[in-house]
Amino acid sequence: MNIRRINALLNKEIKSLYRVPATLFLAILFPIVLTGAFGLAFGGGSAIGNSTYTVGIVDLDNTVWSEYFIGNISENEVFVNTSYSDSETGENDLAQGKISALIVIPTDFGASIDSYWLNSTNPSTWTNVTVELFVDQGSLIASSAIPPLIQQLLFTTLYGESATNAPQSPIRLGNPAEVDSEHTTQFDLMAPGMFAFAAIFITMIVADAFTEQRSKGLLRRIQLTPTSPSEVILSSMLANMATAILQVGIVFAVASLLGFKSQAELTGLLLSFIMVMLLALISVGFGLIAASLAKTPGAATGISFIFILPQMFFGTFVPGSSDIGQLVPSYYVTDALTSILLRGAAITSETVIYDLLVLIVYCIVVIIVGIGIFAKFGREK
Amino acid sequence: MKQNGIKVQNLFKKFGDFTAVNDLSFEVKSGELFGLLGPNGAGKTTAISIMTGLLEPTSGTAFVGGFDIKSHINEIRKLIGVCPQEPAFYPYLTGRENVELFGNLHNVPKKVLKQRTEELLELVGLVEGATRRAGNYSGGMIRRISLVMALINDPEIAFLDEPTVAMDPQSRRATWGFVKNLKERNKTVILTTHYIEEAEALCDRVGIIDEGKIIALNTPQALMQEHNANDLEGVFLKITGKKIRE
Repeated sequence: MNIRRINALLNKEIKSLYRVPATLFLAILFPIVLTGAFGLAFGGGSAIGNSTYTVGIVDLDNTVWSEYFIGNISENEVFVNTSYSDSETGENDLAQGKISALIVIPTDFGASIDSYWLNSTNPSTWTNVTVELFVDQGSLIASSAIPPLIQQLLFTTLYGESATNAPQSPIRLGNPAEVDSEHTTQFDLMAPGMFAFAAIFITMIVADAFTEQRSKGLLRRIQLTPTSPSEVILSSMLANMATAILQVGIVFAVASLLGFKSQAELTGLLLSFIMVMLLALISVGFGLIAASLAKTPGAATGISFIFILPQMFFGTFVPGSSDIGQLVPSYYVTDALTSILLRGAAITSETVIYDLLVLIVYCIVVIIVGIGIFAKFGREK
Repeated sequence: MKQNGIKVQNLFKKFGDFTAVNDLSFEVKSGELFGLLGPNGAGKTTAISIMTGLLEPTSGTAFVGGFDIKSHINEIRKLIGVCPQEPAFYPYLTGRENVELFGNLHNVPKKVLKQRTEELLELVGLVEGATRRAGNYSGGMIRRISLVMALINDPEIAFLDEPTVAMDPQSRRATWGFVKNLKERNKTVILTTHYIEEAEALCDRVGIIDEGKIIALNTPQALMQEHNANDLEGVFLKITGKKIRE
């Protein structure tokens, strides 16, 4: 490995980024424009996939009334219950996306219902309590569907099966919007997927660049110098990692201007950048495979979409909605970024570490396979 | 054989049923300007591709600068400069940037690279156009910048594959001067061409190649004398019964 050669090739790659209009468009403008378009198309809150939600319950009351409320939740076919002994453990699982909502039944819950039934017409005698509800703010569907359903079950617990509404009640449901009011827009929910989305298109840039250089005889010409294939590929990796940083920076800046507020601390933001860079490296690997299979730059673009489309639809805007998603690397970036940026999960949390490890393994495998296939079939056509 | 010479021994290259190079054997002395003259498709470019390690021979071997192409291609690439038949360059880089890129790939010391770039650009008359993007160059300018890119490492052995094809007379004259300069500096040069006058004007010796075989090899004067011809075209005609540029 010769640093000077790598630097020279890297400089050349960077210049192509801003001097070649097609590359400039693909690297920077296209992901942003397309993200906007898909954001509008998928941002309507249409339900996709899951019809059940796992709800964590912390019962601090332990009376017949709290058990009755929990029983009502269990009987509802939409919910699957998980019990927690304390709210901290439940909130931790919620931050990692393991549950869709957390309900904390307060200590005076039973006493509150008793006070209501002792004198239902005199609110001044009631014991007022609040049932806290924390909803996964990283899921558009969960955050919009769960609160009204829980509210309904609370009414049923208090007033009976036929209850649909009540003018006054001693029990109040904590409003999820109050818990995390800044994360309620569709745009916020889509932002983690957008970061991953931008890096996916590096596959096309790499495939295009290598087939173009091959068809113009430039790879041959470089091959006639003492430059090794690993130096050529490494410079491409570095250039595309730089592109990914630029893309994340731009998407982050635009998202922030549009009101997106990250819940992540500095370490979380740094890890987010690292994860997108890993996805960029995976995209380089996919790009090398596409370039190896394609004979012309046009064909390379077409083949790139075999790698791009599944990642786009199963791993960006709608994470967790399909098992297929877990096959594509972008899923793990989106999943981790949703936890970090929207739920404020720590970078040491189980979900984030798992996503990072899967991504690292994916990256190593795809890069090795990409380089191997390109070395064998991609340098000459 | 001196260190910067070339020795080709019983070289064969087959693509399926087609034999592109057919038992090719010749030697090029150090500091010699050797021409491979033949019609299109004669096997000139294939022979160069094998000598520079781009293609593996079906059988036979070659030694470039004393190194076997089969086992020491990395050492050979430090010695050579190759100007391909189809000029390959990055259109979004300027002429100077293209030259400097290949200088860096050859690890030419920075100060030397800067000085040599200016000298070579001046030699081929591209100083003024050097800051323009190569994508905007004329055909002649592209050929000239491609030549400079090939020789920026001041190679001991230069392979020039049809360097003047499709050049305007002005560019061709500049290129001839450039090639003569290499010869004056004792560089070993293999020049492929199908231009008779080019081979006669530049080459110390010429190997006439047809259908992958060397059919005649000597100095241009000796070949013409031997075959009682006025020029190398006549030599080719007498041996094969056809013209080089048909």
